[in-house]
Formats: sequence, structure tokens, C-alpha cells
Amino acid sequence: MATASIEQEIHRIEARRRLYSGILLIVVAATMIAGFLEASRMNSGSFFGGLKQFWDYPGEIVIEAWQSGTAFFGLLVHFIPALVETINIALVATIFGGLGALVLSFLASRSLEVWPPLIPVVRRIMDVTRAFPELIIALFLIFVLGGGPIPAMIAVAFHTTGALGKLFSEVNDNVDRKPIEGLRACGASWLQRMRFAVIPQVLPNFLSYFLLRLEINVRASAILGYVGAGGLGTELRRTIGWGQGAGDETAAIFVLLILTIVAVDQLSSYLRQRLTRSDRAH
Amino acid sequence: MAVDRAAIEREALRMAGGRTWLLLSIIAAIAGYLVYAHFAFDVPKLLQNARWENAVILGTDAVAHKVHVVHNNRTARYEVSVEGERTATYAEPPNWVAVAGSKAAVDLEDGYVVEIDGASMRFTVPGYGIIAARADANGVTADLPDGVRPDWLIVAPNKLDARPTLGRRVQVSRAKIEVHRYFFGWENFWFPFRSELHDKSAGELWTLATSGDRIDDGMPNWQHIFLTWWRNPDWQHNEVFIALLETIMMAVLGTLVASFVGLPLAFLAARNFSPSGVLRFFVRRLFDVLRGIDMLIWSLIFIRAFGLGPLTGALAIAFTDTGTLGKLFSEALENIDNKQVEGVRATGASQIQRYRFGVIPQILPVFLSQSLYYLESNTRSATVIGALGAGGIGLLLVETMRTARDWENVAYIIVLTIVVVIMMDSLSTWLRRKLIEG
Repeated sequence: MATASIEQEIHRIEARRRLYSGILLIVVAATMIAGFLEASRMNSGSFFGGLKQFWDYPGEIVIEAWQSGTAFFGLLVHFIPALVETINIALVATIFGGLGALVLSFLASRSLEVWPPLIPVVRRIMDVTRAFPELIIALFLIFVLGGGPIPAMIAVAFHTTGALGKLFSEVNDNVDRKPIEGLRACGASWLQRMRFAVIPQVLPNFLSYFLLRLEINVRASAILGYVGAGGLGTELRRTIGWGQGAGDETAAIFVLLILTIVAVDQLSSYLRQRLTRSDRAH
Repeated sequence: MAVDRAAIEREALRMAGGRTWLLLSIIAAIAGYLVYAHFAFDVPKLLQNARWENAVILGTDAVAHKVHVVHNNRTARYEVSVEGERTATYAEPPNWVAVAGSKAAVDLEDGYVVEIDGASMRFTVPGYGIIAARADANGVTADLPDGVRPDWLIVAPNKLDARPTLGRRVQVSRAKIEVHRYFFGWENFWFPFRSELHDKSAGELWTLATSGDRIDDGMPNWQHIFLTWWRNPDWQHNEVFIALLETIMMAVLGTLVASFVGLPLAFLAARNFSPSGVLRFFVRRLFDVLRGIDMLIWSLIFIRAFGLGPLTGALAIAFTDTGTLGKLFSEALENIDNKQVEGVRATGASQIQRYRFGVIPQILPVFLSQSLYYLESNTRSATVIGALGAGGIGLLLVETMRTARDWENVAYIIVLTIVVVIMMDSLSTWLRRKLIEG
């Protein structure tokens, strides 16, 4: 008797859950279809019209690059300084953002007992810096400081502070407190507790997140360059602005950008794998 | 066995010393790199060329508006208008401007007064003295108090420009005498200057909206009020909101497509699910290509093919993130616990049932949390893609900044963009908590 009613109950819950999932799926599908129809209507070119000429532009620049022959390699070399600038923007922004994140994450973490009343304040600060659109900071700084790598660097660093700070503080919250207590029992100062009990625990994760962020920031600094912040993006806008005939230069920039992104991706994931593996060996 | 304490201590110190050296050299390397970057970025030159006054202009102009009092030296007529716009000219001058024939007195408060008489003017500046200037066919002649000329006063043969405080400015040229007085707030934010609704209070508007007497015969009053606001030509609320909608659409559609295309492809790319090694290799390379080409290049290609609009942005996001999410999902699939699948199989479940009850519940949290995380980050990306030319709020912002007509509009767009991005961020965090933990 009791078993039967439990079974009924389970079936009822099961049916309701299935209904909810079904409704959710239908809503998502409907949103997608309606959204795409609407997006297609709002677009200045139509979807199927665009589909036909989708390969025109990539084809055009590939043909022009092919026609330039060996001069193409000269173009690749020509754009290396711009590439270095893009990488510099990303690296400096990640370093500054990482330092900011480090400070904020220590302030925001309950288990490190810096000053508890500060915790909610610092968390809100991190939320805001994380959510703030990079584009707006970059455009504002370009307006004040003029075009160049610094506005992009500051914009990316600002966002990195919040994004990494959140991840770092989650790592800090998960530290094993026993080594801290042990050191405290020996009379170690706060700095010594951090140095010998916390840093060794969190460093591999910090570095791994740092590398992941570097990968994201290389992409971000290339894209911000396009709105006037220096590096490969700025060169790209210049060559695309010339319209026809500069296809080989555009192709050279595309090739450099793709190679860099793939290289940074691979390097970062290789290093991250090594970090977590050495972590496991401990 | 005897323990050689001294040896152990030496060894420990040596190791700690080695660690310290490594740490110090890493810090030195980073510091060295930053010094290199300092020169590579040419920071000194940047600081030299920085236009800090632009920041001040943007800061004040974004929260204030100015009213122009202009005396045209050729027609000898006065005109008082908001931001000098022809559509916002006062029929009767406001009470701080007294016009009598060819003379006018403009009260700028706190003792600052401008007296205009034809083509000449006297500007009383407390703490400095009286600046007098006269415009004629040969140029502008100025008569200044004795002593050092302050920085805020520029005198040239054809022009005089005095701005003793941020909110007060007088310019004299051969053609006109122009006085600016700044007021705090956004002007004409709700209704256009010429509209009959312009200087009505909220209470009056409410009475108007609920009353039966129609202002416009074609529609009820509340609709008329809404449309007057919605189509306000100075602020273009309709365009701003549509642009925001486009940006949100880009992010939502792009992320949805990326997750729902990425998931099935992830099964083909996961070692433990892929039907064939060759297929797995190709799907994984597809993910690499989609990710490697990057959102910047995808957007530029799609802008060429599809033109401006949310579709372009959505496709650029969808292409890039199919690669990223596909890779993440396939890694999650490779790491699932096989015991659960075996357990389901032991009950005699079919292949589909094994997937449904053994696999999906394990990767659902990863699927939801990563998709929501990308939704949030894509809202920010969508603003940037928009600025590249795909449309939406990013493009509107870049265009408004480029024309630099009115910084209030820029500030308005910036505030709304930040609000939308933070809203999407909180929504994604809330949904993630609700769906995964609840």
C-alpha cells in the first residue's frame, strides 16, 4: 500500500519534471527560430543572399595573397612589429590585471583573515570590474590619451582584475587550513603564513588561470586594436579600409593572427597541463 | 640510525635558498619586461600628448548642458538656445538674460555678468576685473585688466575666448558674441524642446495621460506621451533601445547556437564516444579552426557577407564559440564516470536510455554553467563586435563618439550598456545557481 503510493508519487514528480524540461526545450527552440528570423530581418543583407557570397571575400584575399607570390612572406615579416605590440598589450595587461587580482583575491577571501568587513566590498568591486565592457574603457581612454597600445592595455587589465580576482578568490576559499594553523602554532607572522602555507597551495592554480587569461587577452587586444588601440587590429582596419587591392596584406595579417592565437593556445594548454600534472604528483 | 641534524638543516636551507633565488629572478624578469614595455609603448610621449582637458570636457558635458546666448554682429539680433540648436530656441529669453533693444545683460551668477552692447561686450569677472572687447571688420580688440593674463583667457587678433570657470564661457569673434552658461542635468531628456509636454511635471503628465481630452486626435494621450518620448530627436530613445536589443540578440542567439551545435559535435570528438578515430580527428581540427580564426576575423568576414545587423554578430559568436564550447564539452565527456553508465546498462537499458540517464546527467552541469558563462562574456563581446561594424550598441557608441556632437548622448549610451551587461551578468549567475544547485 505504502510502496504503491510512493511509486505513484515518484511517477508524478517524474512526469512533471519531464513536462518542465519539454517546455524549456520548446521555449529555447522557439526563441532561437524567432530570434534568427528577426535578426535576419533586421540585418541589412539577407541570410540566403549572404550565404551565396559568403566565400567571395575570403576567396578574394586568398587569390590576391596567392598572386603576390613570395612577396607574401615579406608582408608577414612587415607586420611582425604590430604583432609584437598586440602580444605586449596582452602580456602587460595580464601581468597588471593579475597583480590587481592577487591583491583583491586575498582581501576577498574568508579563510585568509585579512580584514573580514572588507570581503563583501571587494567582491562587489570585482563584480563590477568584471562586468564593465572593455570597449567603453578603451574608447574613453582613446579619446583622452589618443590612439595607441596603452588604452587597450588599461581596458584589458581592468577587466582581467575582476575576472581573475573572482577565480583566484575561489581558489583561496578552497585552501586547506591545516598548514596555516600549523604555522600559526609555531608563531609565524601573517606574511610567513601566506608565504609558506597558502602560496604553495594556490600557486599552481593561479598560474594556470593566469595562462588561460593570457590566451583570452591576446584575442581581446587584437580585437580592441580594430577600434583604434594599436597593434595588429589597427593595421587590419587600415588594410581593410583600402578596399580592393590590399587583400594580400589583409591575408598576411589574418595568417599572423591565426598563427599567434593557435600558438598561444597550444603553449598555454601545454603549460597548464604540466602545472596540474605536477600538482597531482605532490 | 643516527640523524645528522646539521646536514638536514643545511639541505633544507639550500633548497629554500634555491627557491628564493628562483622567485627573485622571476620577479626581476617581470620587472625587466615591464621596463621594456614602458619604452615599447612610449609612455612618456603618451603622457605628453594626453589631452586631459578632453576628460574634463567629457566629464562636465556628460552631466551638464549649456545654454547659448548669441548676438549676431551682422544681423544685430539676439538668440537664446539650448546647446545652440535651432530646434531648441527660446521664444522669450529666460529670466537671467535681459534684452533691451541692442543691449543685453547676461547674469552668470556669483557676480559674473556679461553686458553686451551691439558688437562690444564687458565681462565682469570677480577677482580679476573687467574684460572688454569689441568686434569690427578688422578683428577683435580687447581691453584687459593690468597684470598677468590668466590661462583661461585667450586673446587673438580675430578672437577672444574667456572661460574663468568650467560653467561660464564668453567668446567674441568678428561674426558674433557668444555666452555659454552651463546647467546641471540632461536637457530635453524626456520630451523635445518644442513639444507641448516639454516643461510639464510628472503629476501634470499623469493627469494628462488619464484624461479623456485628446491632444492628438489619432491616439489616446498615454500613447501620445509615450511616442513623444520614444521619438525624441535629441536622444533617439528608440534607436538606442533597438541597438541594445540587437546586442542582446547577438549574444543570446550566438551562445544558444554554439551550445546546441557544440554538444552533438562534442560526442563525435570525445575519445570514449566517437564512432571512429578519423572522424574524431577531423571534428577536433574543426573546433581548432573555429576557435583559431577568432571572433575578430569571423565578424569581418560575416560583415562582408551579411551586412550590418544582429545576424552578423550572432553568427560570428556562434562560429567561434562552437569551437570553444565543443572542445570544453568533449573534455567533460572524456572525464565522465563510466560506472554510472554501466549501472544503467545493467538494468537492461537501450543505447538511448544509457545516454539519457547515464551520460547527460553527468555533463548537464558543465553544459549549463559553461553556456551561461559564455552568454555573459558574449554580451561584452557583442558590444565590441558591434563596434567593428556589425551594428548594435557598439556601433552606435562609436558613431556618437566620432561625431562628438553631444557628450550627454555618449554618457547615456554608456550607462545603458553597462546596465545591460551587468544585468546579463547577474542573470547568468542567478540562473547558474538556480539550475545547477537547485
